[in-house]
Amino acid sequence: MRARAESRSWGARAVLLLPYLWLLLFFLAPFVIVLKISLSQTAIALPPYVPVLDLAAGWQGLTDFFQRLTLEGYRLLASDPIYLLSYLKSLKVAAISTALLLVIGYPIAYGITRSARSLQPLLVMLVVLPFWTSFLIRVYAWINILQRDGLLNDVLLALGIVHTRPEWLSSDTAIYIGMVYSYLPFMVLPLYATLEKMDESLLEAAADLGCPRWKSFWLVTLPLSLPGVAAGSLLCFIPIVGEFVIPDLLGGSQSLMIGQTLWMEFFANRDWPVASAIAVALLALLVLPIVLYERLQRRQLEGLR
Amino acid sequence: MRRTSAFNIVTVALGLAFLYLPIVILVIYSFNASRLVTVWGGWSLRWYAELLRDDAMRQAAWASLRIAALSASAATVIGTCAAVALTRMGRFRTRLLFSGMVYAPLVMPEVITGLSLLLLFVAFNADRGFWTIVFAHTTLTMCFVTVVVQARLIGFDRSLEEAAMNLGCPPFKTFLTITLPLILPAIAAGWMLAFSLSLDDLVIASFTTGPGATTLPIRIYSEVRLGVKPEINAICTIFVTVVGLVAVTASLMLKRGAVRRERAAFGARV
Repeated sequence: MRARAESRSWGARAVLLLPYLWLLLFFLAPFVIVLKISLSQTAIALPPYVPVLDLAAGWQGLTDFFQRLTLEGYRLLASDPIYLLSYLKSLKVAAISTALLLVIGYPIAYGITRSARSLQPLLVMLVVLPFWTSFLIRVYAWINILQRDGLLNDVLLALGIVHTRPEWLSSDTAIYIGMVYSYLPFMVLPLYATLEKMDESLLEAAADLGCPRWKSFWLVTLPLSLPGVAAGSLLCFIPIVGEFVIPDLLGGSQSLMIGQTLWMEFFANRDWPVASAIAVALLALLVLPIVLYERLQRRQLEGLR
Repeated sequence: MRRTSAFNIVTVALGLAFLYLPIVILVIYSFNASRLVTVWGGWSLRWYAELLRDDAMRQAAWASLRIAALSASAATVIGTCAAVALTRMGRFRTRLLFSGMVYAPLVMPEVITGLSLLLLFVAFNADRGFWTIVFAHTTLTMCFVTVVVQARLIGFDRSLEEAAMNLGCPPFKTFLTITLPLILPAIAAGWMLAFSLSLDDLVIASFTTGPGATTLPIRIYSEVRLGVKPEINAICTIFVTVVGLVAVTASLMLKRGAVRRERAAFGARV
């Protein structure tokens, strides 16, 4: 009996420890390293920053290391308006995209819950499917359509809406199209999940008491779906702030989003400390939304109040 | 009471058209005979033949498939453990930290995850390339596996497990004979999701790769930056078909699992 209890606790411990240690090592520890390197200086060396922590030098090495940490990376972030403008642009794009997604995604999610019960799983699957197919390819598909002699302009010309071919690519419009297109499943799914759980007798009661449909939507459905609105909005807003692929392929080069700036500092300028400082600042910006999202996620998956 | 208005049908139809039309157009143009991507020159398999001769693309595809299979398998084991820990272990100290680490990667911007993992590998002095991408993808995708498996673990009737344990079945055996078969469809779906996410990732792979390891998305990205090419339309079509098949299989599995689960629960109640 005793041996069994012992083995259970060992087995249970292993089940917890494996993912726990993995995440500590590959998710949490890297952030500490990013923080550390954001306080370092660029150097022409391998790896391209100093100081490198030299544990072999003992105490002397450690104090030396701490003395040579600098805030230079952050000073650069604060002094050069390029970075601030990138942050602001990212926030603007994320806010507008999320609003667009909500306006477009809500009617779709609502429409699915209103359709026949037997049809709903198929419709949900059709909405989720694009999330599985490549992000990169879905963005690329839009280059095909949006280019100057692409299909969109063909259609617009044929319909007589435009008479010359307007430039769609390399603009904020193209970025918004790409964002809405790529993140639509992330918005529709949480909305559908809350709308579907709603008690329909509430709407029946409202109708019996003479409440018009638009009003019962406004007073009953919408307030009850707010957790889904919050979950969907966060699920879109947070990754969009740091998005790289969409603005890089569809947007122009005049103003960069912060993900692009980070990418450029890292890959083009090879300035690891500044790239790390950008990441730390971006993370600081996103901590609050991420915490909010986690609370929602935990509440949904673990039934916590 | 359920009334489907014309408005509802139109919004759903438009939404689905918006989601699928660009991909359909891409697929159609991959069969275009013309070298000019915007001019239709009749149906042809020319660009697929061209792809077969492209060694670099084939190598990248092979590397991507191996990375996806390895990382998805590791992620499924670790992610399932995390899901079991979160649903079956009640409260433990630092649970909040644990669940935070599980859910945060789902929304974390990829540039941050990629950069931080790269700096970790540099700190360890690891040779960057194939294996660092595998580790990075395992970390990213295990969290998706956890969410999928966790949803299933919460959903099913715990009285089956309790009955087995009351009859003296040890916990580990209960897990193997009762729990595991019930959540197997979700585990399989989790593996497939992890596989397709890994196959698809550009940003994290770009950060964590080294000389010699080029994945398919990295290769496609470098081509796409130079402009639209018919060969890229063809490789994208193959890519979408493969991932689409995996996705459909996974969702069918989840659905079948749900039916079986309901039956099991019903049987238990009788």
